[in-house]
Amino acid sequence: MAKRIDVSGLSAYYGNHRAIDDISMTVEPRSVTAFIGPSGCGKSTFLRTLNRMHEVTPGGRVEGKVMLDDQNLYGKDVDPVAVRRTVGMVFQRPNPFPTMSIFDNVAAGLRLNGRYRKSELNDVVERSLKGANLWNEVKDRLNKPGSGLSGGQQQRLCIARAIAVEPDVLLMDEPCSALDPISTLAIEDLICELKERFTIVIVTHNMQQAARVSDRTAFFNLAAVGQPGKLVEIDDTERIFSNPSVQATEDYISGRFG
Amino acid sequence: MSHVIQDQRPATVPARRGSPLAHARMPRWAPAAIAVGSVAAGIGIGLAAGWESRVQWGMIAALLFVVATYVITTAVENSRQAKDRVATSLVWVCFVLAVVPLASLSWVTVSKGLEVLDPYFLSHSMNGVLDAETGGGVYHALLGTIEQVAIAAVIAAPIGMLTAIYLVEYGRGRLSQAVTFFVDVMTGVPSIVAGLFILATWNLMLGFGPSGFAGSMALAILMMPVVVRSTEEMLKLVPNELREASLALGVPKWKTILKVVLPTAIGGITTGVMLAIARITGETAPVLLLVFGTKLINPNPFEGAQASLPLYVYEQYAVGTDAAVARAWGAALVLIAFVMILNLVARGIARWKAPKTGR
Repeated sequence: MAKRIDVSGLSAYYGNHRAIDDISMTVEPRSVTAFIGPSGCGKSTFLRTLNRMHEVTPGGRVEGKVMLDDQNLYGKDVDPVAVRRTVGMVFQRPNPFPTMSIFDNVAAGLRLNGRYRKSELNDVVERSLKGANLWNEVKDRLNKPGSGLSGGQQQRLCIARAIAVEPDVLLMDEPCSALDPISTLAIEDLICELKERFTIVIVTHNMQQAARVSDRTAFFNLAAVGQPGKLVEIDDTERIFSNPSVQATEDYISGRFG
Repeated sequence: MSHVIQDQRPATVPARRGSPLAHARMPRWAPAAIAVGSVAAGIGIGLAAGWESRVQWGMIAALLFVVATYVITTAVENSRQAKDRVATSLVWVCFVLAVVPLASLSWVTVSKGLEVLDPYFLSHSMNGVLDAETGGGVYHALLGTIEQVAIAAVIAAPIGMLTAIYLVEYGRGRLSQAVTFFVDVMTGVPSIVAGLFILATWNLMLGFGPSGFAGSMALAILMMPVVVRSTEEMLKLVPNELREASLALGVPKWKTILKVVLPTAIGGITTGVMLAIARITGETAPVLLLVFGTKLINPNPFEGAQASLPLYVYEQYAVGTDAAVARAWGAALVLIAFVMILNLVARGIARWKAPKTGR
């Protein structure tokens, strides 16, 4: 459980366009790492390279190394499907499967991967929904469609779905950007609970959120529109928000940017 | 010091005639009244001039309706409102123009078809029935149509759906462009050409005789591009987020397509396939060439000539006696009813399978 991610010299491309350039960083296990930076600087692209979702986009390709403990995710014989079972992901917009009930949504990862015992399934669904702080709200209507829930509940359903397959790392791509403050708070509390068990990486546009939930913060920036995004610095969240070592970080955080 | 919060409203100005926001408006029943008036005027002009053609009366009424709407609205309201109402009235005229042939067709088919349609008509063939005689039925033709269409659907639906899945989920580059191009070309193939192709290969080169199966193959050629196109559109409607959500759970791509993408789109795909079936059910030309037609009941689609509903209509109408023409109308009614039932079934399946949104 909860593995360390070690990225070195990673660049990602869309066709011939280089989206991020030569990024190296370490993500500690059992911690929350936040990515901040202006739109288009490659935060999401970088996040998607961490579970090989980047190459799902037509023309997407990656150079460099991503070590998950001692396994290179971009090694020769590595199966991207197996990588994604180990590194789960929660998306910006809640996306429960519309044809499935709440129960089936949570069980989807196990069922579709075909590696479960029927007796386990009920336990796993209950444990995951409790883990996502959703159990009390939906326990009486597990067979209702997941798309009938509110936006915040749907997002927690998606988190439950992601943790049901017991990944080692959980990637979250702006998980609260479509939610109201109360649902956001629920998800932030959840992130703090989940970091006991998982390595969590979260992309956010909300600086206060990064300050609240993360242990370490990485600031991304791009020199100009059309230029590849770069990692400016990564440090303890406290340092980044109080005394960053790069001027651009301070400008961005304090709003003196542009 | 106490503050009383007051909404500082300006003293209300009584609405004057010159207010820029208000103007005279026509009552709600005005368009209906104009429509009734122009229809009456159209009939009046037609009668006065002694014109026979009811079509002419309708044209004049439609023209009067649009013109009167414009003139009256300009006079009562203003020119912007007049343009708005003219657009609305044009839409109504076009709607009526589209509905009139449809209603007339349904009315004629139903009223003429019901004369001969009874359980006897549905359960007997034309065996031993002379052309001028009344009696006889469509059982052999209905059976043939159902068998031929079913076989064609069994051939074309899986191939078409798999092609669409390839195009949407896997296709990149040259091959998918070529497939798309040839599907487009196939959509435009006239049904007689599909029939001739099967006639040339299956019957003339390979030496098989006429059979329902030969007709099914030609129908399958006609059905395939329709299935590909509609399935493709439905698969494109499935949000990419669902595919990514499934892939991010570590589900392989083929399973994502099978368990997430297809179930989400299945309602629309079913409707598309049913519409394609409805389209080929009425095809006459390939059936005429390949199935040949017979008066007898032939339940075996793989051996010997069969009948089919559109072919039956064509044959009976060609005979031309009163009894035969009545049978042709009866068979046309059966054909339309068959297609309509298929469409209703498709709607039912689509509604039943559609992603649920309720709480």
